[in-house]
Parts: sequence; structure tokens; C-alpha cells
Amino acid sequence: MLLAVPALLGYAYYLGMYAAPAEASMGDVQRIFYYHVPSAWTAFLCFFANFAASVAYLANRGKRADALAVAAAEVGVVFCSVVLVTGPLWARPVWGIWWTWDARLTSTLILWLIYVSYLLLRKVSTGGQTPVLAAALAVFGFLDVPIVYLSIRFFRTQHPQPVIAGGEGSGLDPMMAKALLVNWLAFLVFAGLVLALRYRLERLRQRVEESRALRAEELPVGSCGLEAQPAVSGRSA
Amino acid sequence: MSAVLQASPEHTMRVPRMSAVLWATLEKDLRLEWRSKDAINSMLFFALLVAVVFSFSFDPTAEESRRIAGGLIWVAFLFAAVVALNQAWARELRHRVLDAYRVSPAPANALFLAKALAGFLFVSVLEALVAPLFMVFYNLRPLGPVWELALVAPLGTWALVVNGTFFAAISLRTRSREVMLPLILFPVSIPALYAMVSATTAIFSGSAAPGYWIKLLGVYDVVFTTVCLLLFETVLNAE
Amino acid sequence: MIKFLYLAYAVTWLIHLAYLAVLGQGFKRVKEELRELEEKNR
Repeated sequence: MLLAVPALLGYAYYLGMYAAPAEASMGDVQRIFYYHVPSAWTAFLCFFANFAASVAYLANRGKRADALAVAAAEVGVVFCSVVLVTGPLWARPVWGIWWTWDARLTSTLILWLIYVSYLLLRKVSTGGQTPVLAAALAVFGFLDVPIVYLSIRFFRTQHPQPVIAGGEGSGLDPMMAKALLVNWLAFLVFAGLVLALRYRLERLRQRVEESRALRAEELPVGSCGLEAQPAVSGRSA
Repeated sequence: MSAVLQASPEHTMRVPRMSAVLWATLEKDLRLEWRSKDAINSMLFFALLVAVVFSFSFDPTAEESRRIAGGLIWVAFLFAAVVALNQAWARELRHRVLDAYRVSPAPANALFLAKALAGFLFVSVLEALVAPLFMVFYNLRPLGPVWELALVAPLGTWALVVNGTFFAAISLRTRSREVMLPLILFPVSIPALYAMVSATTAIFSGSAAPGYWIKLLGVYDVVFTTVCLLLFETVLNAE
Repeated sequence: MIKFLYLAYAVTWLIHLAYLAVLGQGFKRVKEELRELEEKNR
């Protein structure tokens, strides 16, 4: 099962690099798109998972929900970073600029900032109620996403129009579409694996926390304050 | 035994009404601030600093100044708002008032709204004082509908203050809380900031209609005020 | 121009491998802590 992941990724790489035809206007550089676009979709799915887990946590305070929330946020940030790095690496040779404030790149950057701030809050917050506070922030962050899209839709868009990059139907060569989808599947499965690992790590950390908390609460033998005081004896508590 | 346990009618606890708590808290905050002028002074200073520094670092033509002043003004107001927000809960913390609030039957949202309204008033006063200064420094003569600024300013300010008050409560239990507040506030506020800057620039330069941005600010305000009200009690009890 | 393509792929995997390494460290540490607690309980 574990081997399936690199195998799938390898196949996806082959498709993206060789099997798919070179793009008409950009040439081979366009192949970055097979990593860039699936990473973006995966990141977004992770952030949605973080939102769902945070809401679940606020509802029932389950530790598993909290573990999933932090794991999803971290993996999402990792994939989002990939998008933000591969984007400029694609833009530079094609349009001659590293960065532009176009709609998609900007909203991805904002998303990255929001979830990095979430992770920072988790790191820097003291006291046992961090999960609750972080979950609240996560709700704000995710609800911001549609508003970000509303505010940015009028940006000048340098991004390749859906014909090439969006995969939204029209004009995408079938071999390219296949390469894109296989890459997406491969990254999705990979993300699932990494997410599972991070989740397990968090659950282990929770166990350590619990053990520590329990030991801190243990009273030394003999000093239990719940013993009934004899009516007459002058024994002090 | 049962005689002792029965509550007598005149001693049953009445839950104070939301509006009563709200006005009482708001009035208390405003009064305390009026006496010390802590927040307003530091805010004013910050805003002034930004206005002056930006003013002599760029030397814009009339046309340019209309295009950049919107962004610069809101940067100044944003910094000032953060100063105000950072000490929004400081007084409560100092005197352990938050514990009293948690225990009292008063609705938590009343406390939140009072804090947010107080902050809103402070920042609005500051804006009223500093905006003319900007007009002077940049020799601004707005070409668009200036009255619409009266819509943009409160909507934009509320957007910053409502989330800021909430996040200030979240940052209370963090190391370096004064840094954490802007850190978690800014990313979430970016669309609102973009909207208020765009609206202001549109009004100054007269180039486009600010209507879309004003509506977007309205949507932002409604969405996030609702979320804040829904989640504040949870956050207050979590501290 | 094509070097950007290779660079992009390389950096992608660099980022992923770096994160996996961080996770690896995390696991090592947590296993140690669990072992310590086991021993204290004995």
C-alpha cells in the first residue's frame, strides 16, 4: 500500500513530463502546471478539512477533531507553499516577471497568510485552551475565503485563462487532461498519507500531554483532604 | 433543612438585560478613557507619525496623491486601530475583571459589543482628527463623491475593530500578545482592507464608482460581526 | 528556460521532503517522551 504512493507519483510525473504534449505557446515550461494546479486544489481541500474539524471541535471538544485540524492546516500550508513557489517559477520564464498581483496568486498568498497565522497562534498560545481559540480563528479564516474571492475578482488577471490552466473543460487537450487528473490523484493520495502521519503524531503528543497532566494532579500519598474530620479531635487539615 | 434551601423570592437572581449591560460597560470604558486619554494619545501619535513619514518620503503630484492617499490613510488608521485594540482588554486583565464577567449572568455578547463599540468610537474620533491632516499634507482635492466617505469610514473601521476586539481576546493568553494580535488580524482583514482602500481611492480619484466596495464592506461586516457574536462566549470561557 | 521546470519540480519535492523530515523528528521526540513516561510509571 505504501509503495503505491511513490508508484502513483512516478506515473504521474511521467505523464506530466513526457506523455502529455508540449503546450502550444509556452512550450515545455508549462509542464509546471501539473504540479502547480493539483497542489492548489489539494491545499484547498486541506483547509476545508481544517474548517470542518475546527467546527466539529467547537461543537463537541473531541481531541481527534483537534488533531485533525492542526494536521490539515500544516499539510495545507505545505502544499500552499508549493503553489506559491512553483507559480513564480512558471511566471518568470513565461511572462518575464516573478510576481504579479493577479487574482489567483494573490488569493493563494492570502490563504497562506491566514493559515500560517493559525499555526503561529497554536505555537505561541499558552494554557490548555489553545485548541478552542485556534478553532475559533480557523472559522474566521475559512469564512474569509469567499470574501477574498469577491474582493479580488476584478484584479487584472495574468493567470492563464481556464482554457489552459483551469482544466475547466474547453480547449484542454485530452492527454493534458489525463496528466492533470492523474497528478491530482497522486498528490491527493500523497497528501492523505502525510496527513495521516501528522494526525498520528498529534495524537501521540496528546497522549503525552494527558499523561503529564495526570501525573501533575496526583497528590502525594496520605494528604487526601477529603477525609472526614473527627468531631472532637483538634487535628488540623 | 428545606426552609434553608428554599430561595426566597426577593433573592432570586435576575439576568441583567443585554442592553443594560452594554450601555453600562460602554459608558464605563468611555469615561475611563476620557479621564486617562491613554489610547487616544498613543493612537494619535502613531497616525501622525505615519502621515508625516509617508508625506515626505513620497512627493506626489496632485494626480498621484489622489491614487495613493487612500492606501496611506488606511495604513495610518490601521496602525492606530491596532494600538487601540491592544489595550482593549488590558484594563480588564489588570483588575481581574474578566473572571467576574465569566461568573456573572450577564450576557457575554454585551461585553463584547461594548468593547467593540468603544474601540470603534476611539478610532472614528481619531479618523476625524487625522483625515483633514492628510488632506493638507497631500493637497488632496477629491474628485469623486466625498459624502460617500462617510459610508466607507464607519464600515471599514467597524470591520477592523470588530475582528480586532475578538482577536485581542484570543491573544490574551499568548506570549508576546501585542505582536500576535496584528499577526492574526491582518491576514483575515485583507479583503476588507482592500475594499476600504479601493473605495477611498475611487472617491479621491473619481475614476470608478465605489459602490461595489461599499457593498463588499457591508457583507464583510455582517458576516464577521455575526461570527464574533456567535463565538465570543466560547472564547471568553476558554481563557 | 526549461531549467525553471526542473527547478520547480525539485523545489516541490524539497519542500515535501523537508516537511517529512520535520515529522520524522517529531515522531522521534514523542517516542522518547512516551518511553520516559513509561519508565516513570514503573
